[in-house]
Parts: sequence; structure tokens; C-alpha cells
Amino acid sequence: MSELAMESAVPRPAVVDRTKALSSIALLDRIFFQVTRAAAVIVLVILSGVIVSLVHGSLPAIKAFGPGFLISQAWNPVTENFGALPAIFGTIVTSLVAMLIAVPVGIGIATFLTELCPHALRRPIGVAIELLAGIPSIIYGIWGLFVFAPFIQTHVQPGLISLFGDVPVLSSIFAGPPYGIGMLTAGFILAIMVLPFIASISRDVFETVPPVLKEAAIGVGCTTWELMRYVVLPYTRVGVIGGIMLGLGRALGETMAVTFVIGNAHKISPSLFAPGTTISATIANEFTEAVGDVYTSALIELGLILFVITFIVLAIARYMLMRIERKSA
Amino acid sequence: MSLYATRRRRNSLATTLAWGAAIFGLTWLLLILVALLYEGLRGLSPAVFTQTTPPPGSQGGLVNAIAGSLVMTVIGVAIGAPLGMLAGTYMAEYGRYSKLTAVVRFINDILLSAPSIVIGLFVYTLLVGPMGHFSGISGAVALALLVVPVVLRTTEDMLLLVPGSMREAAAALGAPRALVIGKVAYRAAKAGLVTGILLAVARVSGETAPLLFTALNNQFWSTDLNAPMASLPVVIFQFALSPYKDWQQLAWTGALLITLAVLALSITARALSAGRRKSK
Repeated sequence: MSELAMESAVPRPAVVDRTKALSSIALLDRIFFQVTRAAAVIVLVILSGVIVSLVHGSLPAIKAFGPGFLISQAWNPVTENFGALPAIFGTIVTSLVAMLIAVPVGIGIATFLTELCPHALRRPIGVAIELLAGIPSIIYGIWGLFVFAPFIQTHVQPGLISLFGDVPVLSSIFAGPPYGIGMLTAGFILAIMVLPFIASISRDVFETVPPVLKEAAIGVGCTTWELMRYVVLPYTRVGVIGGIMLGLGRALGETMAVTFVIGNAHKISPSLFAPGTTISATIANEFTEAVGDVYTSALIELGLILFVITFIVLAIARYMLMRIERKSA
Repeated sequence: MSLYATRRRRNSLATTLAWGAAIFGLTWLLLILVALLYEGLRGLSPAVFTQTTPPPGSQGGLVNAIAGSLVMTVIGVAIGAPLGMLAGTYMAEYGRYSKLTAVVRFINDILLSAPSIVIGLFVYTLLVGPMGHFSGISGAVALALLVVPVVLRTTEDMLLLVPGSMREAAAALGAPRALVIGKVAYRAAKAGLVTGILLAVARVSGETAPLLFTALNNQFWSTDLNAPMASLPVVIFQFALSPYKDWQQLAWTGALLITLAVLALSITARALSAGRRKSK
């Protein structure tokens, strides 16, 4: 009865419009929710798709070479005999050279920006470093090939060769004709490329140190060096390592800059001056020229190996940065 | 030597090294920019923007590469940005504490810094292989896959910055969830969302590796998405490694154009997000 009374009290069309409008809004609501969730799922599917397609693409090579692919030095497109070791070796050596240079310099820059730099210059220098992190890698490549490699060839390498010529181990590391291009040059350019990353992440984590801690250290008379060494670095250790690992991940996967200056030789040489190759440089150089399933597949398997290596490094980096984020939150 | 003197000496050594590190870093980066301007400006002429890439030894420009880069970047962003924004919206607005969000965030962080050449291989096996030929559209898809993680990350971060009280106020007025997000959260985070897209454009406009075996290259003017398409980075790669002086000159000029575009985009993005911070 009461329902009837209400229905007659309120003008009918309005009631109908209202329910219609509400239900269409509810529908819109549901659709929007489903669409956004679907998008999140798609992102997941993409990554699994990357892994599945790489594994699928490498199957012919995995069948042909088995685990021996990882330790074989062969690279002969004519006889279709391939091995990954020279590329893995080059990837690791160039990245190590890069990290040896970029880590101390990057942390130095971060220290400079947080402790030493005059306040007025802090923002401009910080911004400049972040902007340079965005410069495409092909720019580093073309600069490395035309400007840096000739400079190294004429001014640095002859000096290093004569300097270390008589020192037992170093004489084989700095040996051979000065080509300009090679592992050392590639490593140095990688160092310049990852430097902004390490510097800006280190600076960001240095800034998470509570001011009270720093004030206390300065209060008991610490010098800047002691402040960094005994307060800031221990407090931010996990985050700094995370930043370094991120830089390493980038160095491992960097393609264009390295391709320009590495020399592309599938061989392992103890000399840093010798041309070598990296996983990504090999793929970039040879993929479009690869004929035959096994050749293509061997290159895709190289890509898979690179992905697995960088995945592990990046996962560790993210985990460490997450830990410091949680600590500062 | 007194302890005090040792400490002072150690400190001045350390601070000198830190100054040195900053100067060292900035010097190399400055050298690159100077070389780029010096070499690139020499080749800058109207022909660069009006003629297509030449065979060695003859006059030419980069117009087909510039057009190809623009087309593929626009399509890549048009595919990747909505996907990244929607996924980021889910993570910040609906599933803030869900398992799916945690997993996607981790995966996305990996995608964000995964080697772009691996993305190229993926698109090759996904599209180029089955289609049987290189094409502009597969290049655009490869770029889209690089856009997604950047946009997703900034969308999530920016939406998380929008105060919950604004959403509550809108919800209290009876606005449904979709409208709260669309009219309140998005609007409040607008500058941040645009910043994310600009950063993504900056990132993909210099990408070379994923285009090498998806879009390949094309010496002629072409806007056919089903055919190989030229792009500035790939042309730079090919021309710089060639033995011809005039090709190398064009590579430098192309490199200058890309760098200017990327820097302009990053500065705009930065200015936008700085303006936002001030207004808050």
C-alpha cells in the first residue's frame, strides 16, 4: 500500500529517469573498473609474452647446441656453429669497466651535490645531470666513434702501452695495437652513460638521511668525510647498492653506444684494447643479416641470456631500493 | 702528526675528490654537447627538412626519417599511453592494496629498465616473423611497449599524490567511482600525467635498438605503415657507420635534431611538474 502511495506521490517519469541514470552510471562504473584492471593484466601478459617468445625463438638453437652454447667460443655463420661465451665475456667486462669508473665518480657527484655544492648551484647542476641521463644512447655512440675513440687512440693508448709494457699482468691487459675502439673505450662510454643514474639515485637516497642524524654527527665534530663515511653511507648503503645495480642493469643491456665502439670481434682477448663484442651489439649488428633458422635462433638465445642476466640484476636492485623506501616512509 | 691534522687532511682530500668527480662528470657531458653542436650545426640546412635520405655522394636530407620517427612515435604513444594510464589508474584507485598491483608494479619496474633490444626481438617474433616483412606498424608497437612502463609508473605515482579527502568529498556528493577518478583525481593530477607522457615521448624518440629489426629503414618517402619505415635513430646508426663523409655529416645533424627534441621535451616535462609543486 505504502509503495503505491509513494509511486503516485512522485511523478512517474522522473523516477524512471533516475533509475535509468543510476543504472547507466553503475554500468559505466563497472566498465571503467574492468577496463583498468584489464590494462593492468595486459602489462603482466606483455612481460610473460616477452619471456615466452624469447624461449620459443631460442628453441632451435637450444636443441642444436644445448648448454654448451654458454661456454662455446665458436661463431661461424657459414657452418652454423655458434657459442655465446665471447659475447657474454664482452658484456661483463665492459660493464665492469663502466662500474669501476662510474661508481666512485657517481657517489662523488652525489656527495658534492648534497654536502659541498653552493646552494645556488645545487638545483641547476642536479637538473643538468638528470637531463643528460635522458640523452639517447645513439648520441653517445656517434660521439664515441668520431670524437672519443680517435682521441683515445692517439693520446691515451700509446701512453698506457708504454707505461705498463714492463709490468707483468698489466702488460697483457694494456697490450696490442691502439685501435681506439675496443673494450676499454666501450666501457668508458658506458661509464659516462650510467654516471647520471648512479649520481642522481645516490643523491636521492642521501637526501633520505634524517637531518637529526647529520646534525648530531656535525655536533660531535665530524668532518664532511667522516659524516659521509660513518653516517650517510652506512645509513643509505642498501639504497646506494640498489642504484649501482640499476646502473649495472643499464650498462649490461646498453646497445647502440657499445655497438659503435666495441669493434665487433667474436673473440676473447685478455687485452682491454682489443676489439670484442657484447650480447646486445651482436644482436644489433647481425640480426637483420642472419640467414637460416639456427643463426636467427642463436641470436634470440643471446637475447634471452641478456634478459635473464639483467632481470636478476634489476630484481635485486628494485628489492634493495624498496627496502630503503620502506625505511624512509 | 696529530690526530686533528690527519682528520683534516683526510677530509680535504675527500672533498677535493668529490669536487673532482663533479667536474669530471660534467666535463664529459659538456664535451658531448659541444661536439654535437659543432658537428651538427655545420650540416643544418633547409635541405635537411625537405629532401629524403640520399645515396652516397649526392645531395639529400632527412625528411623521410623525421617523418617516420614522428609517425611511429605518435602511434606508439597513442597505443602505449592509454594502456599505461589505465593500468596505473587501476593500481592507484582500485587495487591499491591488491596482489595484482604489487606484481604489476614489480614487473613494470623490470620492463622500465629492460634492455630495449630485447623488446625489439619480442616484437620481431610477434609481428615481423608472422607478417613476413619489416613494417612501420611493428616499429610503433615496439615503441608502445617502451611507453607503457614510463606512463604507468608516473600515473600511479601522481594519482597516489592526490589527497584522499578530495575523493571522499566527491564521493560524499554521490559521485560514482568512475566520475571521482575522471573528474577529480585525473584533474588534480593532470600536470603529472602530462609529464609522464612527455617523458615517455622523450624516451622513445631516441630509441634505436628496437627499431633496427622491426621498422628497419627506408630510403624513400613512405608513410605506408605496412612497409619498412625510416626513422632518425636508425638512419643515424646506418649513416654514422658508413665510410661516406656526407652520410656521416647527415648522421651528426640528425643526432643534433634528436638531442634538441629530447632536451626540449624533458625541460617541458620538468617545468610542468615544477609548476605543480609550487601551486600545491
